[in-house]
Amino acid sequence: MRKQLMKGNEAIVRSAILAGCRAFYGYPITPASEIAEAAALYLPQAGGVFLQAESEVAAINMLYGASSAGVRCMTASSGPGISLMQEGISYMAGAELPCVVADLMRGGPGLGSINAEQSDYNQVVKGGGNGSYHTLVVAPSSAQEMADLTALAFELADRYRNPVFVLADGFIGQMMEPVEFPERAIAPRMPEWAVAGTRETRRNLITSLHLGCDELEAHVQHLEEKYRRAERAEQRAESWRTEDAEIVLVGYGMVGRILKAVTAEARASGLPMGLLRPITLYPFPVTEVKRLAQRARVFVVVEMSNGQMVDDVRLALNGARPVEFVNRMGGNVPSHEDVLGVVRRLAAEMGLAQFTARRAEEEQMAHA
Amino acid sequence: MPSEVLTEFRVVHEKPHSFYATYKRKEELQHQTHYCPGCGHGTIHKMLARAIDELGIQDRTVLISPVGCSVFAYYYFDVGNVQAAHGRASAVATAVKRTRPESVVISYQGDGDLSAIGSAEILHAANRGESIAVIFVNNAIYSMTGGQFAPTTLLGQKSTTTPLGRSAENEGYPLRMSELLATLEAPVYIERVGLGDNKEIAQASRAIRRAVENQVRGLGFSFIEVLSPCPTIWKLSPVDSQRWVREVMEKTYPLGVLRDRTKERQPRVWPEEVALESIPGILGLTDGEALLPKELATAGKPIDLQVRVAGFGGQGVLLLGEVLAEAGLDAGLEVSWLPSYGPEMRSGTSNCHVRLSREAIDSPLVTAPNVLVAMNEPSLKKFDKAVKAGGWVIYNGDVFPEECARADVHVLALPFTQIADELGDARAANMVMLGALLELADALPQASVYAALRRLVKNAKYFALDERALARGRELFRAAAKEVSHAG
Repeated sequence: MRKQLMKGNEAIVRSAILAGCRAFYGYPITPASEIAEAAALYLPQAGGVFLQAESEVAAINMLYGASSAGVRCMTASSGPGISLMQEGISYMAGAELPCVVADLMRGGPGLGSINAEQSDYNQVVKGGGNGSYHTLVVAPSSAQEMADLTALAFELADRYRNPVFVLADGFIGQMMEPVEFPERAIAPRMPEWAVAGTRETRRNLITSLHLGCDELEAHVQHLEEKYRRAERAEQRAESWRTEDAEIVLVGYGMVGRILKAVTAEARASGLPMGLLRPITLYPFPVTEVKRLAQRARVFVVVEMSNGQMVDDVRLALNGARPVEFVNRMGGNVPSHEDVLGVVRRLAAEMGLAQFTARRAEEEQMAHA
Repeated sequence: MPSEVLTEFRVVHEKPHSFYATYKRKEELQHQTHYCPGCGHGTIHKMLARAIDELGIQDRTVLISPVGCSVFAYYYFDVGNVQAAHGRASAVATAVKRTRPESVVISYQGDGDLSAIGSAEILHAANRGESIAVIFVNNAIYSMTGGQFAPTTLLGQKSTTTPLGRSAENEGYPLRMSELLATLEAPVYIERVGLGDNKEIAQASRAIRRAVENQVRGLGFSFIEVLSPCPTIWKLSPVDSQRWVREVMEKTYPLGVLRDRTKERQPRVWPEEVALESIPGILGLTDGEALLPKELATAGKPIDLQVRVAGFGGQGVLLLGEVLAEAGLDAGLEVSWLPSYGPEMRSGTSNCHVRLSREAIDSPLVTAPNVLVAMNEPSLKKFDKAVKAGGWVIYNGDVFPEECARADVHVLALPFTQIADELGDARAANMVMLGALLELADALPQASVYAALRRLVKNAKYFALDERALARGRELFRAAAKEVSHAG
């Protein structure tokens, strides 16, 4: 299949349908509307259901119904809409219903703006609904990853019977890049726990209600076991040029892309720098952060928010290494200069100047 | 012995099969429900279970339990059960039915659930004509939470949150859901029934069966409102509660059929499953020519084109960038295209970032372009400072603003709009400028550019125009380059 140039938002829908998704219930919002529009075009042709709901509240509860009936299903929205969906997401986590929710983050709080931000991290990664639960979260940084990680999201949702978020900033959805898809579509398959109006599924029950104290505690402990299992098995991250990195930049989504360019630039001038790009945000790639901390002396977290993922980096490091934070908000993007300024200061403080000069020479030799 | 006596009885009226034999919820009294004596739910449950039995649809039935006293309906009904969030039962029912059209989906909701917090969900499920049956149990109060006011509470009726009685000034008037839904086109059947006496109960039973049967026949949205006694919260005896339904509630909520379109409505046709092999084709992933092999792309030479295109909305800024990126992809390069989106799109300016490279593209943001295509003066002034030393500015205008002149940047300034107009359409200015850009970049084979154009411009007339425009742009750049070299 040839690579095609397409928006990340369109890649999500195509990938979802190839992954066996046959239901999309949504509500329009910039910058996620193309996802609903593509779903409206393709899903009915693919024998699936597309419905524009009366609100995000209704949409997520329709997913609750669709998932109960055993079909792979998804929705997409952005910050304000995700806030409204939190009720249903909590219910789905409680009732152990798989679904995929794409959040194309825009500026907040409130109506904020429609420009790209990364300020939904807390409400998505930390769980914005009531109760003790988690959602699994993948964070694409390219149109190709919008496709790949959407397919992964459906697998994870079924594997853990839990809602999975595809968390991307508005840029990743609007950007066009070449995307390659798998040759074959995955066949929709009904899970045995579904309530599908058949003899075999008649005794099944979908509920998040556990009225007894011990009963609910046991249920939440069961959920916790799943989350521990996911934390062991599903951490994903890209580490780039970190082998000998003394300074590690950390960023996801669009910021991950920018930091790659910054790292390349800094390396060319001899700074011993590397990039850690978390691909799963829950479970957070704690193991990789700890591994890099064995060598790295400082971490620089860059976000398009007031500092949300930075808390997870700090938790992973548990005080073992200092963490610096660089950010822009409102739709502004951290520039190379913003990041390099901090990195150069740190390098000077750390006495990396000598090291830097030597490395610059080495790099030049290597290029010559 | 009683057991010997019992064997001589013929069972004429047994518990419906659609109920479980015992109810697990009540550990000691497994033959009892959790409902209070005199509560309408038990009666309505029985009517519904009997209807399911009679229609022979126990296996096919999916019951959606709400939040409210009937939250535990799934302890009683031996059917598929889904418990929903407060007020959302009709949204949940919508998707269960659409996912499994063969199922018979019954949404069972109280008046707090349906007429207050779930008012949007029920209104839109009804308006879409979802093929579900809704049983709406109206007792004019929030019972499970201890007797708070509901939209259905009668004027003057006391509740824990209207301690002096409901007043029209403060809480408005009782909400008549059946009448409200009957204003919509889609519902096929709406009836209000009561449990005020045996005659009413018999009619309620017929109505509930009718609603379920409508769905079995594939007809669409059916809604049965049941005025139901709540002796505990009303603080009346079961008998007085029935009388209150009859003599008080029914004055505000008159019984009767408000909609019956069962005769004229046709069964709904559901989408069929699509063969798996045809999915990639449906998604448009199998069409289009194969790409040129990578080695055919201009060999050897390093390519790192970082382009910013900017202009007014409607000048084809985004398309210019898209053709460039698509051509790059066709030629086997790594590409990215990032638009400015949102309010800018609407207030009249537009710009995009395009990168073409042999290497994987790190950041798709072009903050320091090596080519700026400025389709108007504001765009030039916004981005000219950012252009890399040694880069190019292609500017739509014959006079290049003096304040933008830089010694370290090449400029091609021409009235591209006018040139395009002479070619037949001023709107092709973007393609003339792209032609110039392609000529200066000298990175893409002509075949790739045409392949890209073919994918993006389907209309034959515009394709021909754009082809001419691209050629003209190339010529103009060559002529200008010659002049520059002569001058040099």
